[in-house]
Amino acid sequence: MTALKQKLVVIGNGMAPGRALEHLLELAPDAYEIVIFNAEPRVNYDRIMLSPVLSGEKEFEEIIIHGDGWYIKHGITLYKGHTVVNIDREAKTVTSDAGTTESYDKLLIATGSVPFILPLPGKDLPGVLTYRDLDDVNAMLLAAQSRARAIVIGGGLLGLEAAAGLASRGMEVTVLHVMPTLMERQLDPAAGYLLEKAVEARGIRVITKANTKEIIGNGKVEGVVLADGTILPADLVVMAVGIRPNGALAKDAGLEINRGIVTDAGMCTSEPGIYSIGECAEVGGQCYGLVAPLYEMARVVAAQLAGDTSAAFVHSETPTKLKVTGINLFSVGDLGEGDDRQEIVLRDAAAGVYKRLVLKNDRIIGTVLYGETSDGAWFHDLTKKRTDISEMRETLIFGQSYQGGSPLDPMAAVAALPDDAEICGCNGVCKGKITGAITSKGLLSLDDVRAHTKASASCGSCTGLVEQLLTLSLGDKYNPSAVTPMCGCTDLGHDDVRRLIKAKGLKTIPAVMQELQWKTSCGCAKCRPALNYYLVSDWPDEYADDYQSRFINERVHANIQKDGTYSVVPRMWGGMTNSTELRAIADVVDKFEIPAVKVTGGQRIDMLGIKKEDLPAVWADLGKAGFVSGQAYAKGLRTVKTCVGTDWCRFGTQDSTGLGIRIEKFMWGSWTPAKLKMGVSGCPRNCAEATCKDIGIICVDSGYEIHFAGAAGLDIKGTEVLGLVRTEDEALEHVVALTQMYREQARYLERIYKWAKRVGIEEIRRQIMNDAEKRKAFFERFVFSQKFAQVDPWSERVSGLDKHEFRPMATIGYAQAAE
Amino acid sequence: MSNWITIGSINDIPRRGARCVMTPQGKIAVFRTMEDQVFAIDDHCPHKGGPLSQGIVHGASVTCPLHNWVISLETGKALGADEGSVRTIPLKLDGTSILAHLETTAVAAE
Repeated sequence: MTALKQKLVVIGNGMAPGRALEHLLELAPDAYEIVIFNAEPRVNYDRIMLSPVLSGEKEFEEIIIHGDGWYIKHGITLYKGHTVVNIDREAKTVTSDAGTTESYDKLLIATGSVPFILPLPGKDLPGVLTYRDLDDVNAMLLAAQSRARAIVIGGGLLGLEAAAGLASRGMEVTVLHVMPTLMERQLDPAAGYLLEKAVEARGIRVITKANTKEIIGNGKVEGVVLADGTILPADLVVMAVGIRPNGALAKDAGLEINRGIVTDAGMCTSEPGIYSIGECAEVGGQCYGLVAPLYEMARVVAAQLAGDTSAAFVHSETPTKLKVTGINLFSVGDLGEGDDRQEIVLRDAAAGVYKRLVLKNDRIIGTVLYGETSDGAWFHDLTKKRTDISEMRETLIFGQSYQGGSPLDPMAAVAALPDDAEICGCNGVCKGKITGAITSKGLLSLDDVRAHTKASASCGSCTGLVEQLLTLSLGDKYNPSAVTPMCGCTDLGHDDVRRLIKAKGLKTIPAVMQELQWKTSCGCAKCRPALNYYLVSDWPDEYADDYQSRFINERVHANIQKDGTYSVVPRMWGGMTNSTELRAIADVVDKFEIPAVKVTGGQRIDMLGIKKEDLPAVWADLGKAGFVSGQAYAKGLRTVKTCVGTDWCRFGTQDSTGLGIRIEKFMWGSWTPAKLKMGVSGCPRNCAEATCKDIGIICVDSGYEIHFAGAAGLDIKGTEVLGLVRTEDEALEHVVALTQMYREQARYLERIYKWAKRVGIEEIRRQIMNDAEKRKAFFERFVFSQKFAQVDPWSERVSGLDKHEFRPMATIGYAQAAE
Repeated sequence: MSNWITIGSINDIPRRGARCVMTPQGKIAVFRTMEDQVFAIDDHCPHKGGPLSQGIVHGASVTCPLHNWVISLETGKALGADEGSVRTIPLKLDGTSILAHLETTAVAAE
């Protein structure tokens, strides 16, 4: 590397800058040192998929666009949770609220938009939310747990998606809309009416022409008052009345602002070297809110930053689609009436279908489709190409497959699309690019197409079309209904493999691969650890654990770090320790010059930066003080976090510390599909944070409330209540039985909350709480498997097991090499 | 100049496993496959420098323990969508002894 890199600072980490950086890294991978400030404390995610997250159809981790690894891979510095508060154009620096200052050569402002807040009395009451980012979604999900009443102000795209999401979470929802019909900007009144019916059919009350006068409440929101005096009680109010470009920072910096941050067609602001894209930018006098034009801005700015000064933004109409499952609507273009215009309308009341095309000079200028939207792309294509439709006018409304008298084959429509027809509106991917990638790269699945072309990777509404293209290109080789295979070595999914291991009595990895016709000779890094777990779990007494199929951490019983050193965490039962243990740890740290010592979130102590060859000696010293491995690396039982309970706490209702230690001593060493973290709190104040654990117990006066399926990682999710038991013995039995059920049924790497979602909370409750015989059987199978699992891996290795792991095979010196 | 130097026995390495050898040119990882083939590559993933010797060995490739890049043991090249490569060191078997072809004089003569 010779040329000095320029420094690009990006303010904002939404979808537009994320896409811009992808393009830039493709065009000029080494041109810039990149620094991103993100006001949200997380990585880049697909904001248009927040509605499926709200409704529970997707998990947050499924909508992440760039995980932490992506930033690391590209050497990008990402400041999470830093809001930039100042741009100094003279010094060419930006400064965040946390006091971090970075200089720039080029600056990209992508501060997005802020929700418009109606200036109503009571707008600042707790319980009044907007719908913009993951924090809003989490706040709504929290409110939804109480199954109370919600009011959504605004019957546009966002408002309706929020309402549908809250309703599917069990809330009683009312939508207030100031205009006579819903989504009046995108739909004509007829389609708006059908939409209102469909929304009401999901149990959501819609009040149109509703003028909100005031939000009322004492200390928190209690209701909404309309202009006509109607009072509607509510425990949650979501304002979704629109967005405003967020140009505040740019304005303070003295850049030209109109509605948004004014840019030229190259996305450059009034100051050379400072660019702006996304919802905050105003280009050609217009601000944009849908993803396709924002991605177009991203493409343009990336080209500009890479030195192509001819790249320019071109306005295009973007279709609107509502992401509410079961409601199909499509709208694009100019829907107004006029003397120079004609329209073609098709209605099918029984099927709930409404289609309307607005024509001018024998060309389509506007399209509304409700109920049946598969021809949307074709109509939109005819509009973009300004195709003269007079020849097919009689049959136009029936769609593409009807043209030319051909039979109504659903595939024919897609087959007939030209190669430059746009399939994925969000990412601007045309048919030719998709079919080209399928053939040239040998793609076989929807995920493959998404990875290589990005088609259907954003809002997913074109998934059907992409699948049809796969069918067209691959014929019988593509089977859309097939389960996702475990990996490329097999066509079977995890559940099938688990079932067949039991049914056929397969007891070794080679046996599984032979009998289930693995396509590779010795599997891969995805399937081998999974198979090893399934076999350990199903045949605890007969199966010999295959160490070469375990991830390095489980092979050497420590956690590999980014520099190839390891970290070691001894067990501290229930988070309790004493002076002897602490002294032993201190001695080990000194003796082996361990560079970092950290207290973990699971109430233990982590020693980081240990050389691999030192591990056995470290373990030997820790073992002398009575320590065993904390298995902080295992897909198995990790920690049982406790509070001090009745031993010390004046609020404690039971001996939470004692129960936590008892559970940990009973269950340590057990392998599970994914890591298993527990907590026991001595009272509902919940100091051990048991309600976001995989399994948690809340002690109460009347006994022990057992919780499970919480999450506090990529996803944040409160636990579900399994049930209340009276005694400590019962608590232990229920927790163990639940764990065993999870061990036997879940897919490898599937955390308990995901498994529970798949199986259903009710079913788990039925088997563990209500069926004493089943519970007992689960419990006993766990106890049986523990006979073979409770061996301290550290003492085994101190005694010489796997010693080859910790020593080089040979050391070749200069002298020897020169011989 | 370079030499064939004995670095150990095939029995020192578990099947589908690896051992490290320290050389004047740095640490190399020596692999033994299920079929008893042996390969050596630099113990340094082209992505972020992860220790490839610690990865899971499958077929004639290894998956890096840090970020799951898959490296071909035969060519040293990253497989799949990733791009990058790592130096391969020629090996031969003499009975159970493994010999590595190591560059020597260029460094040793300095």
